[in-house]
Amino acid sequence: MSLFGTPAAAPRWVSVGLIPLINLVLALIVSGLVVLAIGESPLQAMRLLVYGAFGYPEAIGFTLYYATNFIFTGLCVAMAFHCGLFNIGGEGQAYIGGLGVGLVCLFFDFLPFVLIVPLAIVGGALFGAAWSFIPGYLQAKRGSHTVITTIMFNYIAYSLMVYLMVNVLIRPGQMSPESRPFIDSATLPKIHEILRWMGFQAAASPLNLSFVWALICCALVYGFIWHTRWGYELRTVGQNQRAAIYGGISVSKNIVLAMVLSGALAGFVGLNEIMGVQHRILLNFVAGYGFVGIAVSLMGRNHPVGILLASLLFGALYQGGSELAFDMPKITREMVVVIQGLVILFAGALENMFRPQIEGFFRRRAEMAMAAAGAD
Amino acid sequence: MEFFTLFILVLDATLRVATPLVLAALAGMFSERSGVVDIGLEGKMLGAAFAAAATAAVTGSAWIGLGAGIATGFALAMLHGLACITYRGDQIISGVAINILVSGLAPTLGIAWFARGGQTPTLVGDERFRAITLPFADAVKDVPILGQLYSELLSGHNILVYFALAAVPITAWILYRTRFGLRVRAVGENPAAVDTAGISVTWMRYRALMVTGFLCGVAGTYMSTAHNASFVRDMTAGKGYLALAALIFAKWRPVPVLLTCLLFGFLEAIEARLQGVEIPGIGAIPVQLIQALPYVLTVVLLAGFIGKAVAPKAIGVPYVKER
Repeated sequence: MSLFGTPAAAPRWVSVGLIPLINLVLALIVSGLVVLAIGESPLQAMRLLVYGAFGYPEAIGFTLYYATNFIFTGLCVAMAFHCGLFNIGGEGQAYIGGLGVGLVCLFFDFLPFVLIVPLAIVGGALFGAAWSFIPGYLQAKRGSHTVITTIMFNYIAYSLMVYLMVNVLIRPGQMSPESRPFIDSATLPKIHEILRWMGFQAAASPLNLSFVWALICCALVYGFIWHTRWGYELRTVGQNQRAAIYGGISVSKNIVLAMVLSGALAGFVGLNEIMGVQHRILLNFVAGYGFVGIAVSLMGRNHPVGILLASLLFGALYQGGSELAFDMPKITREMVVVIQGLVILFAGALENMFRPQIEGFFRRRAEMAMAAAGAD
Repeated sequence: MEFFTLFILVLDATLRVATPLVLAALAGMFSERSGVVDIGLEGKMLGAAFAAAATAAVTGSAWIGLGAGIATGFALAMLHGLACITYRGDQIISGVAINILVSGLAPTLGIAWFARGGQTPTLVGDERFRAITLPFADAVKDVPILGQLYSELLSGHNILVYFALAAVPITAWILYRTRFGLRVRAVGENPAAVDTAGISVTWMRYRALMVTGFLCGVAGTYMSTAHNASFVRDMTAGKGYLALAALIFAKWRPVPVLLTCLLFGFLEAIEARLQGVEIPGIGAIPVQLIQALPYVLTVVLLAGFIGKAVAPKAIGVPYVKER
């Protein structure tokens, strides 16, 4: 039903569904070759992985728990992408954001639960945003490339956190660098606790209330990017800076805004990890989740729905991967990192390898259909 | 005298720590000067470190390990080239992909092959690159200052350290005094002009990436078979990014790269010695501050507060030949 004169385009399901799927299959095939090379059966590994991720009630809880982190970091990368920026600093922003969440839980625990939760959300957002504000500001005002500055800020975050944990926040009289545990009213309830309280049967897992916040964030990001003036301006800057300037949109303001929102989203990882699961501030709780966000965002084509699906996929890979490591001693959790790297490679770096051919095929079909319709 | 000995020991450590940085930063220089951003230095080094240690452990020869390390660095550089030059993909995403891929692949293969939790067997004897005593080092040992400098600081490193030191003037010569170097710099600044002159931009960038892969291979090999005696999971620990920082800090020039890497190496070398030491008037400096200093310095430089780091003009832009 295209207008006369507009070139035929490949159907939407091809670019949104088929191509990501092909990239995933390619990544899985190459990973299968790696499994084969170390002398295990790829099919057996795949079966164990799927069972480990979805096969029993606890597994589903764990899958969703991992997915929570990936939704936050995926949205973080996507938010910056929409403004034409590449934020590799999700790792550091999540780390500092977790510090913000933890500080709220430590120092405002005299407040009731219903006040601590919004305060922790604000804390995580503020700290995460502060960590991405500097790279954003430097990009906007001084032209320093965010890719390099955010990488540098990851390492600065590692050092800062080690310093704070070892010298300031450590619980006195304790060897390992961890803060004191939070009191119960300053932690997020687990989903299985809520379900049991409501009278349902539920298996125990670390899945907690932050998953609900992750879903809300997906909706908020969708609304912000596609249905507000700010989102429109942000996308305009990402698509064409000169057009944005011509339209009276401030480029530097939007770059800073995109980076700040991006960092705030990453900071919410702390809600899940610190407030939901660990119940104290500790080192290295981010554990590469920030980098998974890059794969998630690429796979999900920077759209909240796609990011949600890609997060579930990576959640399943993480949970299934630990199950796999348990059953196949030759395979470890790192196998999932291999798949993650391959997804980034195929869906991101090598996207031009198959996309033109596939889209061309469907475009030609659409053209032929149009020509046939015109001949009638 | 006590102080002088200590000083030499710190410089000695500086040289050893700076070697992989120098090699990786020079590797990045070839790639970036040709217009291809290389975030993947880290991954290439890690891959080469694993391949070199694994091969050296199996074959018993550090030199065959070096060959395997170089081959791995080379292969990963070509993958980067395939993605960014041939398919004009995003150079940063490609680099990130390589880093993540290798950080998963190396321990996966390590566990499967050696069953030591991702580590390779400890290398002994000829499986490692060993210290070389320069001629007359023993004879001049007792000469104050100069003799000590020669025998303690310059002598007694392995061959890859000397290779890294030699690579700096060689790189400078290649970049500024040869036809290849001129063309590498030209495709990084103005690829269309190079294309007009009848030189293939694609082939030039591939050749620059070959050098990058080679140097990253040597850097990785140094880490696992010379500086350490085995491959350890994530052993590069950000060295690739630090080398990238050094490259930017040195504004993409060979001799400043050496000096920057030595500075970053010096910071790492004194870090252990400054732990808990009270400095008069300042107090104890947190070790973490010294660890973060190279990154902070690079950000400050990028912000344009210490001179200006001007990248090659065409960096990060895939070249599309006009038809």
